[in-house]
Amino acid sequence: MRFLTVSGPPSSGKTSVILKALEVLKPKALKVGVMKFDCLATNDDRLYAAHGIDSKVGLSGSLCPDHYFVSNIDDCVDWGIRHGYDVLISESAGLCNRCSPHIKNCTAVCVIDNLMGIDTPKKIGPMLKMADVIVITKGDIVSQAEREIFALKVRQANPLATILHVNGMTGQGAGQLAAIIEHATAVESLRGAMLRVSMPSALCSYCLGETQIGKEKQKGNVRKMILD
Amino acid sequence: MKKLTIAELRATYPYVDDFFDVNGLVVENDSQTVAEYIYNLPYLFLENMGLEHESLIKHFRAFMSSMQGLDKSQVFAVDSLTIIGGTDKSGQREQTEVTIERGEIICIVGPTGSGKSRLLADIEWMAQNDTPTGRRILINNVVPPESWRFSLNHQLVAQLSQNMNFVMDVSVKDFVRLHAYSRMVRKPEKKIDDVISCANELAGETFDPSTPLTSLSGGQSRALMVADTALLSASPIVLIDEIENAGINRIKAMRLLVDQNKIVLIATHDPLLALSGNKRIVVKNGGINQVIKTSKVEKMHLEKIIGLDKVLTEYRERIRNGETLQHIL
Repeated sequence: MRFLTVSGPPSSGKTSVILKALEVLKPKALKVGVMKFDCLATNDDRLYAAHGIDSKVGLSGSLCPDHYFVSNIDDCVDWGIRHGYDVLISESAGLCNRCSPHIKNCTAVCVIDNLMGIDTPKKIGPMLKMADVIVITKGDIVSQAEREIFALKVRQANPLATILHVNGMTGQGAGQLAAIIEHATAVESLRGAMLRVSMPSALCSYCLGETQIGKEKQKGNVRKMILD
Repeated sequence: MKKLTIAELRATYPYVDDFFDVNGLVVENDSQTVAEYIYNLPYLFLENMGLEHESLIKHFRAFMSSMQGLDKSQVFAVDSLTIIGGTDKSGQREQTEVTIERGEIICIVGPTGSGKSRLLADIEWMAQNDTPTGRRILINNVVPPESWRFSLNHQLVAQLSQNMNFVMDVSVKDFVRLHAYSRMVRKPEKKIDDVISCANELAGETFDPSTPLTSLSGGQSRALMVADTALLSASPIVLIDEIENAGINRIKAMRLLVDQNKIVLIATHDPLLALSGNKRIVVKNGGINQVIKTSKVEKMHLEKIIGLDKVLTEYRERIRNGETLQHIL
């Protein structure tokens, strides 16, 4: 089964570009499934269903979304193989910029948009810097020059990745992404596979549900700002 | 390059600082090499940033080679572009093979959904029978190297459309400077002046270099986009999507792009623009339906339209300036 991780900040256009790319792949009659990881709620499963694409939703709720992702993704891959999928796409939002669901030897795609501002490539961490493919969206609503400046910033932040410009509305550029999805890494299982980067870690009283603010409540892995 | 200290690198490759900046690295001692610097970064710091020594070194090498690539190839020269037909949405063979030469203006006409965007996408992707249309694109009569598809300095198509807006929170001058910087222009000040004065020639109303980019009017924005694309964008082909009501001098704008040796493709139904081109590509049902050469009679019509356009422009100017049309016959 082909497997890839698609990540990107909320509302950057992940679902739109996946849908457009899968539309291109339609004539190939591949069995494609999408694993949508989100926090509280999503309607994307309905969106996928409307396009005739199978999807499963995982909501992390009060857990760290990336930790939730990594604790489930191996089972998702097993599930996909069990059900005879040709391609399985994991879609997750990078909620803190230190997040990254990318796995070694599995095609990793990051989706960002032109509206985020030119400092964004710098601010987004491993999700962008360690990706194999970076999809830049919303290029139809900003100027050519801003697109060129943004693309350069992305190139500087990740000089190794393939950069694609995809329009999530018209589908322009989706063909290239379709080719990447179709030729994503083949996997048999993720057991023993390694994350590209360690995940943000925390183990403090607030992880366990503490809500009261104050020094005496701060237990465990706590880091303090230097203010003076 | 491996043996150079950061200070030496900075002297030859000023953009080396972008590498540190984009990775959130602070350099305090520039007398060490980049490798020494990276291997001396504390593990905890890298862990916080989600980085690793090895991958950072690899990124640095790739960064330098991609920036050097940008620096070297200032001119991406395209003499001709050939579109070899594939099939339309119903699988019918497309008519034609169209060749467009440098400095030509070609119009693309057809209703919404007829396949104009797809045609553009094929050109942009330099399709080689690997898109739904099965079209092939030749550059200078040969199949272009595949590496161009992903190379920042070989982006074939620059786009301009009615829907585009400036979103950056900077002044016009700083914006053009940023663009010039990203194009590795040696003497940016001269270029900045050129772009802004050129934009002011195209715009109905002039603007100051210190104007915030986002407060330009629609016409001013469009004028700046055209001037900037003509003078600063590396892409040899410019695709313009419906800018008919933009409030800029359309004839001058086309001339400017063509004078920079760009190939100009315009998706338009504006007769003034459509007839300024040498050819019109008619797109129907996802395919190129026919290619019409602008005839002598049509060129005569164009003269008439230009005359009408002048009259309209003059009326508009008068009304803008608070005058009346009372005394015009």
